Parts: sequence; C-alpha cells; structure tokens
Amino acid sequence: MKFTFFHLMPYRPLDMVERHKHRAGWVVLPNALYDPVKGAEEYHSFIDQLVYAEALGFDTIAVNEHHQTAYGLMPAPNLIASALIQRTKKVKIAILGRALPLVNNPINIAEEFAMLDNLSKGRIITGFVRGIGNEYHATGINPYFSHERYQEAHDLIVAAWTKPGPFAFEGEHYNFRYVNLWPRPYQQPHPPVWIPSMGSSETIKWAAAPERKYPFLVTFSGRDLVARYLNLYREQARQYGYEAAPGQLGWASPIYVADTDERAREEARAGIETLFNDFLAVPWEMLMPPGYTSLQSMKNTIKMRKALGARTRHSLEDLMASGTVLVGSPRTVREEIARQRDATGAEHLIAMLQFGVLTDELTRRNMEMFAAEVIPHLR
Amino acid sequence: MAARELKHRIRDITVRMLRDGQGAPLLYLHGANGPPPWAAFFERLAERYDVLLPEHPGFGTSDNPPWLRNVADLAMYYLDFLEELGAPKVHLVGHSLGGWVAAELAVRNATQLASLCLLAPAGLRVKGIISGDNFIWAPDETARNLFYDQKFAEAMLGRTPTEEEADILLTNRFMAAKYGWEPRWFNPALERWLHRIKVPTLVIWGENDKLLPAAYAKVWGERVPNARVEIIPRCGHLPQIEQADAAAKLILGFLDGAAR
Repeated sequence: MKFTFFHLMPYRPLDMVERHKHRAGWVVLPNALYDPVKGAEEYHSFIDQLVYAEALGFDTIAVNEHHQTAYGLMPAPNLIASALIQRTKKVKIAILGRALPLVNNPINIAEEFAMLDNLSKGRIITGFVRGIGNEYHATGINPYFSHERYQEAHDLIVAAWTKPGPFAFEGEHYNFRYVNLWPRPYQQPHPPVWIPSMGSSETIKWAAAPERKYPFLVTFSGRDLVARYLNLYREQARQYGYEAAPGQLGWASPIYVADTDERAREEARAGIETLFNDFLAVPWEMLMPPGYTSLQSMKNTIKMRKALGARTRHSLEDLMASGTVLVGSPRTVREEIARQRDATGAEHLIAMLQFGVLTDELTRRNMEMFAAEVIPHLR
Repeated sequence: MAARELKHRIRDITVRMLRDGQGAPLLYLHGANGPPPWAAFFERLAERYDVLLPEHPGFGTSDNPPWLRNVADLAMYYLDFLEELGAPKVHLVGHSLGGWVAAELAVRNATQLASLCLLAPAGLRVKGIISGDNFIWAPDETARNLFYDQKFAEAMLGRTPTEEEADILLTNRFMAAKYGWEPRWFNPALERWLHRIKVPTLVIWGENDKLLPAAYAKVWGERVPNARVEIIPRCGHLPQIEQADAAAKLILGFLDGAAR
C-alpha cells in the first residue's frame, strides 16, 4: 500500500460556544472569531507536521482547499504546497484538490499546478474536486451548473497542459482565444490527477473512463460505503473493458493509534468529535444547494436521510462502529485497514492523523506510531 | 371552482397550464416556488379576465429543455408564447421571479402588452439593501420569512407534502437556483433598460417582505415611466396569498382604469 499524510488545517482555537451560536462553522461564522496570532501559529505547526511526515516515510503529503471556514484554513492550498516543496526533498505533494467550478478562469489553476510541478521537479499530484455545497454559498457560483463547469474546466486544464499552445478554447462557461501555458508541466504528459469524492455515481463513471483512469478516493465515509463505491469503480472499469489497477483506488479516513485501544479512544475523542460535530457539521441547505447533484441523486439522498432519521451528535463510538474513523492499537488499526484493502483492492490510504482539536503533541505521537507500527506491516 | 388544466405546447416545449375565466387575456408568470394554488386571488381575476397560469419550463412537470439557461431565455420563451397566443393586447402579471421575467419581456418587446403588473418582482438590486437568502434558510425559516401573518407560515409548516408534491418542490428549487442564484435574483443590465416599458405599469409590494425588501418598489417606480407603486401593509413576499383580496382588488382596479 501507499500512504498519504493528509491535512485539513482546522482552526483549533475556535470558541465552540460561540461557534454554536451560528448556523455553521462555514460561510456565516464571523471571522472575528479568528485570531491571527493564534492562526499564524497553527499554520506553522501544521506545516511542520506535513514536513515531518516525509522523515517518517510517508509516500505523499497532502493539502486541500476550503473557503470561509474554521474547518480548514487553506483557501489557497497551492501556497502551502509551495512552502512544502521548499522544505522537503523526495516526498510527493498532493493538492486534493482544487475546486474547479468555483473559479472563473481555470487556466490559473493549470498555471499554478504547472509552476508547482516545475518547482518540485515533478513531485506534484493534483486533485480535481467540485468543492462542497457550502462553497457555492461562499463564492456565489451557481450550483446548478457545477457539474458542467467542472467537466469543462477539467477539459480546459488538461488541454492547457498537453496541447501545443497557443490554441483557442470554446466552451459554454469558459471561452479563451489564447491558451498558451508558460510554464508547461514538468511531468509528461501532465501531473497525476486524483479524484477525491463522496462517491457520486456520475463522478465514478467519469473518473474510471479509459481516457482518464483517474485514481478515485472515497472521503469520510463508513467502511461499507467505502467498499461499495470502490467496488462500483472496479465494476465500472470492467464495463469499460479493463481491470482497475490498485493504484486507481483509495480511501481517506481520520486515524488514531496508541498503545492500547482504550488509550487511543481516550486521546482521539475530542479531536474526532469536534471534527464531525463542530467543524464539519452544516445544515442541509448549505451542504446540498439545489443543482449541486443531479435531481435524482438529490432525491435519493433525501430519502436516505429520512430513513436514517434526524441527525444527532456523532460520538466517537458511532464513528468507529461505522468504520468512518479508525481508532485503536496498532494491531486494531492494521487489521481494519487490511480488511478494507482486501475487500476493495485499494492501494492508497489517505490518513488524516491530525483532526479537529487534536494537539500537536498527540498528533506527533500518532504520526510516529502509525509510521512505526502500521505502515511497515501494510507496505 | 377549479381552473382547466391543460398541456400547452410551444415549439418543442410542453408545459402544464391552468386557465379559467372570460374576457381579455391575462398571463400570470409565477415565482420561484411554482404556481400558487388556484384560490381566491385567481378566482377574482378570472371573473373578468381569461387567466392563463402556465408552469414555467423546468418547473413542476413542465418540460425542462437544456438550452433554456437563464431569465433572458425565459423571457424570450414567453415572447414566443404571446406570439402563439395571438391576442393583440395581453395583461401581463408576474410575481417575484415571474415579475423579473415579465420585466425582461417588456423591455424587449411590449407590442402585445396592454399592461404590466409586477408583484414583488425580482430583477433589480438596490445597493445597500440586501435581499433575504432563501437558499440558506431552513424550511421553517423560509415559511416564517415569507409571511407577515405567521398563521400562514404555521399552515404551510403544518402540512406534510405528498411524495409527488415534495418532488415538485425540489424540482422548483433546482430551477430557482438555475435562474436566481447568481447574480442573486437580479440582472445588472435590466435597470438600464426599464425606460423602455411604456405600457401602464402597477408595482405591488408587501410592506413586510423579508425576501425582496419593499424598499425596492421605489426604484421600480422611478425607473419605469408609467409605473404606479402600491405597498400593501401587513403583508410579506406573497401578496397574492397573504392579502389575496387586496392584491386582486388593486390589480382589477388598475386594469379597469389606466389599462383599458
């Protein structure tokens, strides 16, 4: 297997009492709650953690993009990636991902990734996402056209990377007379593209297509859903007439390891529960703006939600029981990862080893134990 | 009395349409939530006019052609609709999103219009007076913010829609986003061209509208040359429901007078 150390960079000093006076930790959460002195320290700690992951032997370190939220302090993840390039030597650096529909000029994304690819001499892995529903409130971009803009921006970026310029791009949402990238990407024909997703069938079909074969990463889902989506991808690949390679499949999960199951639970609890209940939780109207998914997908999601009943607070135990988070002794965590690997054939594990309010000290211990006691057994 | 339910076809688009009454044609363009129930307001209008209430393309069970992408397209569709109807003088009434479409239509070509009634129309922005965010409101918040008299909100919330109705509401919400998400409920160019609306125009607004504030009415009154503005007290964003009699009376009085 291959291991990615993934970071969201949450704003840990958030006043949770104040947080819950607002409808979400996103978009409408007053930024008076952000203290730049504390925030600057957060950036330094988190970048140190990402850099340390190289020394510990992770294959990849990864950042991602979110806007107007305490959940993640990287509205411009390429800035962090650029800093990481300067402080690391060999590790791959993944940006998982840039939210394509949210920009009005996707060429900027193609340019920035090409720059990072040159700066790192080919250590960049790019990720293409649509951004979560909240971000359509944050940016004003119309969610009804999200899928269209995503496809079109993707086509434009890949063309900009691979087609000799200058050329004209004629789209519905994006039109450019001159597409002519300086610099061109370092990796040929272009940097790898990974697709993190909550598992929509439209995305699976698109990512698995023979002309793309993009690695598909299921994010923040229970073990059954992860297995289901990854196997859907495999099945889709077979329908296209090929067998999905292990490197095309992966999943992301918050993970915490300590000497014993009991100690791991005790140490991970605050981090996990704040991640899901304070940082991530948003009302339906923000998460699922109309048009963000197809009408049929939205109807299915609504039905599923009704069947599950009203959302309550997620406890660590619930999240462990569903396999959304992996928390326990190295042996417990190893076994759980191995089971999922065997059930899906996935090669990539995107491990989130800092989550919610988890402290620097516990994060460091978690990373070290994961690197020493989990990774070597699963390589 | 229920209106006749028809399938109305223009070019390759078939829409659902309610129609009732005798007299000159009155075309009603509904808001983002879909056609209101055919109740007191429409019954009053249908006593003296031939009222046509089409469900916009994309809404409810009407066809949703992929090439219909914005409010300007919708306005052009309704120009086709009027042309096909053939009547030389049509009274056009539009509420909220429908009011916006009506205004876009009127600035393009008003030759078939006898008059224009705009109920709390979308379409303009007034800097400094921000509209309510119907896309972030939870369902109970939406109901409360749409009405001044909370009895209406309670009634709306007290009723669980059937599965079919829920599907239609969701479909309409998708269309609301398609047409109104960005720029939020307005077209920056529209205000520049409102001087082209020469037909007698009545602008009606609920004094307590929390979605599109009643302060917008003043700007409509200033920009449309022959506009009269009426503010209905104790009324939210849906005057045709919350103050059905007052709204119908204003419209009928206006049509009797200036527009005849």
